[in-house]
Amino acid sequence: MGVSVGRVETQRAVLFTADRPLALDSGAVLAPVEVAYETYGRLDADRSNAIVVCHALTGDAHAAGHHGDPAKRGWWDSIIGPGRPLDTDRFFVVCSNLLGGCQGTTGPSSTDPATGRPYGLRFPLMTISDLVRVHRALIAHLGIERPLAAVGGSLGGMQALQWALDAPGELESAVVICASSRLSAQNIAFSAVAREAIMGDPDFHGGDYYEHGVRPDRGLATARMLAHITYLSEESMRRKFGRRLQDRETPRFGFDVDFQVESYLRHQGASFLRRFDANSYLYLTRVMDYFDAFADPVATARALEGTSTRFLVVSFDSDWRFDTAHSREIVRTLTTHGAPVTFREVASPFGHDSFLLDIPDYHRTVGTFLQHVHSTPAGVP
Amino acid sequence: MRPDLMVVAGMVPRGSRVLDLGCGEGDLLEELIVARGCRGQGVEVSDEAFHACVARGIAVVQADIDEGLDFDDHAFDVVVLSQTLQAVRRPAPVLREVMRVGRVGIVSFPNFGHWRLRLALGARGRMPVSRTLPYRWYETPNIHLCTIRDFEDLAGAEGLRVGGRRLLGEDGRAAPAWAERRPNLLAAGAVYLLTR
Repeated sequence: MGVSVGRVETQRAVLFTADRPLALDSGAVLAPVEVAYETYGRLDADRSNAIVVCHALTGDAHAAGHHGDPAKRGWWDSIIGPGRPLDTDRFFVVCSNLLGGCQGTTGPSSTDPATGRPYGLRFPLMTISDLVRVHRALIAHLGIERPLAAVGGSLGGMQALQWALDAPGELESAVVICASSRLSAQNIAFSAVAREAIMGDPDFHGGDYYEHGVRPDRGLATARMLAHITYLSEESMRRKFGRRLQDRETPRFGFDVDFQVESYLRHQGASFLRRFDANSYLYLTRVMDYFDAFADPVATARALEGTSTRFLVVSFDSDWRFDTAHSREIVRTLTTHGAPVTFREVASPFGHDSFLLDIPDYHRTVGTFLQHVHSTPAGVP
Repeated sequence: MRPDLMVVAGMVPRGSRVLDLGCGEGDLLEELIVARGCRGQGVEVSDEAFHACVARGIAVVQADIDEGLDFDDHAFDVVVLSQTLQAVRRPAPVLREVMRVGRVGIVSFPNFGHWRLRLALGARGRMPVSRTLPYRWYETPNIHLCTIRDFEDLAGAEGLRVGGRRLLGEDGRAAPAWAERRPNLLAAGAVYLLTR
């Protein structure tokens, strides 16, 4: 459906400076904070058509279109563009790289002005509210007061949810896709193993690998391979690979890559190294572990009672990373406090990754929801 | 809007927080939100009705109410179960869920004791097809039909109090006053306001 937004460029803005630093939940302050972002579509004269896209764990600001090679599209190109659910003929779509990231926004690989060296593990720990602070600073920088929506999948959905809680009524709507209000022990366990792999790599050097001219590539690739398994469903792996062998008829009887699925995971791990920093991976997985959106019932009630923000929550039936129970928990808490919630579990065989794919029923749900939010002022059904 | 839904709407207090189970395309909720200042939330199982609600901005959770309700106790002031009880697999647990998540329940259903239906079955020996039950036996979604007396027995067995009742005529509008003399015979349907 629809076409791509075409060629786009990443832009940058310094949103926090030494005189106006970013105050984090941990009590630490951070400056300067530079943010990489992209925009698609046009901002209306009354600045009321902005949709903020929040990316997942390893995403970046390049959500749609291409940077010169039309074959290489942004990570959410299927949903952003003219005639697509995040319709750039109607909406002004903004996507930025997350705080703590490594693709243009200040993070552990950035230079610490206090030392002149990369932060490494001296970068402060962050919360999802801190990520939201930076999103809000960016939209203020762009002259937007009230975004039409914050939209995201997985970690992105957590940001949309937290935004609705931190700034009640600031969002017309929050679209929370295959996310969770808090991770389960199983979710945290996967993150923990990923971090063990990175920190146990002999090239990690306590996070200061930048200065040693090496990178904990084996650890980071292993972390990515592990995570990738959790993003696919059993069925999608069976369909894609089955037990087929790589380029042969009979097993080799060795420990090298023999099955197609092994080769695929190795490729995923290797290609990830080109675009991601191991320390950013540590920090952003930790942000998710600590997330507990409804931990404070008083704050939750205060944020949600009578809120004008409309919620859309979507899950996928084959997602076992954040299964539908996680979404139902969000729906239950929101409805308990009287917030209007639209929710559905979409059928898809593709697991957690479904939110990145062009699944017509899912796109229809998001597109129709946003169209209605756009066409009516708050409080009117 | 269907006339019986107007009767239901008339029983919902202004400004209340309403959950409509089996909300269809959201007609009742829209009336309650726009005309009665309610905060409305729907639950609907059908894909097409779900999308219709989204398109008109009705907050709707897609779920099968036979599988229990994922809402907290007393999360809503009023829970509406309109012309749906007879189509669920397990009416008693659904009714219990209605009274768990709402302070008040409003339940409407077709009365299988209505004289026209009795005539069809008793005199003609045929499964009745009427304005309130317009389906032939092999294509009906209604699997647990009951009479007004049956329903009141169930409500009593569940320890529920009837806080109000409106009888419905065959056209779905409030039945004329004379129906109150023999409701189980003369009313085509009923709407109950239930409290604990």
